[in-house]
Amino acid sequence: MGYTENELAKDLENQEYKFGFVTNIDSDKAPKGLDESIIRFISAKKNEPEWMLEYRLKAFAIWKEMTEPTWAHVHYNKPDFQDITYYSAPKQTKKYESWDDVDPEMKETMAKLGISLEEQQRLTGTNVAVDFVMDSVSVATSFKAKLGELGIIFCSFSEAVQEHPELVRKYMGSVVPMTDNFYAALNCAVFTDGSFCYIPKGVKCPMELSTYFRINEGGTGQFERTLVVADQGSYVSYLEGCTAPQRDENQLHAAVVELIALDDAEIKYSTVQNWYPGDKEGKGGVFNFVTKRGICERNAKISWTQVETGSAVTWKYPSCILKGDNSIGEFYSVAVTNNYQQADTGTKMVHLGKNTKSTIISKGISAGKSQNSYRGLVQIHKNAANARNFSQCDSLLMTDECGAHTFPYIECKNSSAKIEHEATTSKIGEDQIFYCLQRGISEEKAISLIVNGYCKEVLNQLPMEFAVEAQKLLAISLEGSVG
Amino acid sequence: MISIKNLHASIDGKEILKGLNLEVKAGEVHAIMGPNGAGKSTLASVLAGREEYEITEGSVDFDGQDLLELSTEDRAREGLFLAFQYPIEIPGVSNINFLRTSLNEIRDYKGEEQISAKDFMALVREKSALVELDAKLASRSVNEGFSGGEKKRNEIFQMAMLNPKLSILDETDSGLDIDALRIVANGVNKLKTAENATIVITHYQRLLDYIVPDVVHVLYNGKIVKSGPKELALELEEKGYDWIKAEVDAQ
Repeated sequence: MGYTENELAKDLENQEYKFGFVTNIDSDKAPKGLDESIIRFISAKKNEPEWMLEYRLKAFAIWKEMTEPTWAHVHYNKPDFQDITYYSAPKQTKKYESWDDVDPEMKETMAKLGISLEEQQRLTGTNVAVDFVMDSVSVATSFKAKLGELGIIFCSFSEAVQEHPELVRKYMGSVVPMTDNFYAALNCAVFTDGSFCYIPKGVKCPMELSTYFRINEGGTGQFERTLVVADQGSYVSYLEGCTAPQRDENQLHAAVVELIALDDAEIKYSTVQNWYPGDKEGKGGVFNFVTKRGICERNAKISWTQVETGSAVTWKYPSCILKGDNSIGEFYSVAVTNNYQQADTGTKMVHLGKNTKSTIISKGISAGKSQNSYRGLVQIHKNAANARNFSQCDSLLMTDECGAHTFPYIECKNSSAKIEHEATTSKIGEDQIFYCLQRGISEEKAISLIVNGYCKEVLNQLPMEFAVEAQKLLAISLEGSVG
Repeated sequence: MISIKNLHASIDGKEILKGLNLEVKAGEVHAIMGPNGAGKSTLASVLAGREEYEITEGSVDFDGQDLLELSTEDRAREGLFLAFQYPIEIPGVSNINFLRTSLNEIRDYKGEEQISAKDFMALVREKSALVELDAKLASRSVNEGFSGGEKKRNEIFQMAMLNPKLSILDETDSGLDIDALRIVANGVNKLKTAENATIVITHYQRLLDYIVPDVVHVLYNGKIVKSGPKELALELEEKGYDWIKAEVDAQ
């Protein structure tokens, strides 16, 4: 109800990628290519302590021995890792004291993204704290003081390395080790910035914490690192949104997100991803190879919600390790692919503790000539007595040329487990569209209605302002896609 | 209101309507009856603008406009409403949201303001009472999990909300028990004015006990072969269609 028809109509007029603009801000960047000296350069630029540099170098040594994974159901030209700029920072790297100090052009960038802090402050009655990351350096962190009163730490990752090294050293790599996979290792070696969040014992974070990533510089890879630690009995809802300007060459994005929910804690992590998907012929677009994982201690809960509409190639499996007894993992996903986009996405639910529960709701929508795959693993270990899983994987096909694939894996080593898997594949109904048309509803709006209805279970999991944005994105992504 | 002349329509190369003529004036209720396969539902689909049908000949004038030139959605916006024989389910889309979108699209087309939430809800209350539709159904997903009777009542509820010029009820009586039939028919009767018109397509005479037609037409083999007063329906009920078939075949 928050989103009016006029707004949708306006959005529909703008069917091309609406975030395709480049901001002319001087940037401070490393030469192209990757070797030890680049890593030392990044570390020095960020004025990092010795232990951080060692961590990076160790990861780099491991990465060099690894090969790119090929098991995903995606086809693309492998990125040339020597042709990427690994560090690009807007020249003005000093932290802003107040909103007025922020570079006007950067403010404009944020305004174009529709997420200016002013707007956020006005609209949300100051209940969203934003950490805005543009090409690797976090430029504005708001609401810090207010959060500080509660002992909540919400800052850029590099700041956390400086200010809270004990927390970073303790938790970084504890969920996604540097040896985990090719892209995670690369990220450990060259990550530039990201966000860090710590919620102290028993504290319920009173506002949604939000990070907006945006790739601006041509030819830069973005290697973000996010670490969220919810101490015992705490709660936090974290929002992540992504956009990238329209560029011809493929841009690589390889992030690592680690969530740690200690006893009785709850983390809700929501993502709306609309990186540039490439043009109608499949040229350009972002490669999004992301490792996201959370660990739940006793009675803890982690809930991942994602709406994926962008990127040329997506390779992403937000997962939960249900280590503690009675812990809960949830995964709600909408993945839309259009034109030549390819997505291989899903989740892993690893049940280690007793009475652990997981829920997977995945809604894939394929249009154009795209390929959309769900890949999921539900693993019940032998000590995970009374573990329960419910999975539902639905695929919606918009044309005759697209593909929907489901790869559900189940490994169960405890006979008391209950595992349910439901899957459906359907083609968007001509009858449904005709019914809408006969009620005076245009075809575009009809598709938007039907698709939003189909995704409702997932969209309902998103915080209000994100849900509105996600609905608009779905409508824009599927413009003119029925065939 | 609507004037259909020599209408020919086919699907997959097979001709279903073979020169159909029909004239309905404002304030009138016309019933179209006929045996299975005569082309009754095809007529409804063609008028509403289903793309699968190809119009090969003829013309349809709808309140001064060439209906066949209008897109499906514009026909609806101009005031043509089809109550579906098999209403479609749209999971996850609430009836309310669906109707509000529909109503606003129609208003937008006419250059009118969007309806306010308050006025809309008042309208929902008023019109749902008309067909004794449970208010809960209004907030459920469109037709999802509705019983057969609820679906049909929901069609008439939508008709009441959108206030069309011409309503075509396609076998609205099928699958209804006698109580539901009475409720649906009462709804239709209450919506009748001197400015609108209704075409009732039905197999059986019993609906016409409640919705009394001004004219009854018999559709057979793609054409209207006989028209008469409401008594014709009774005659058909009593004698079946064979005598009409025989009459036509004899010509």
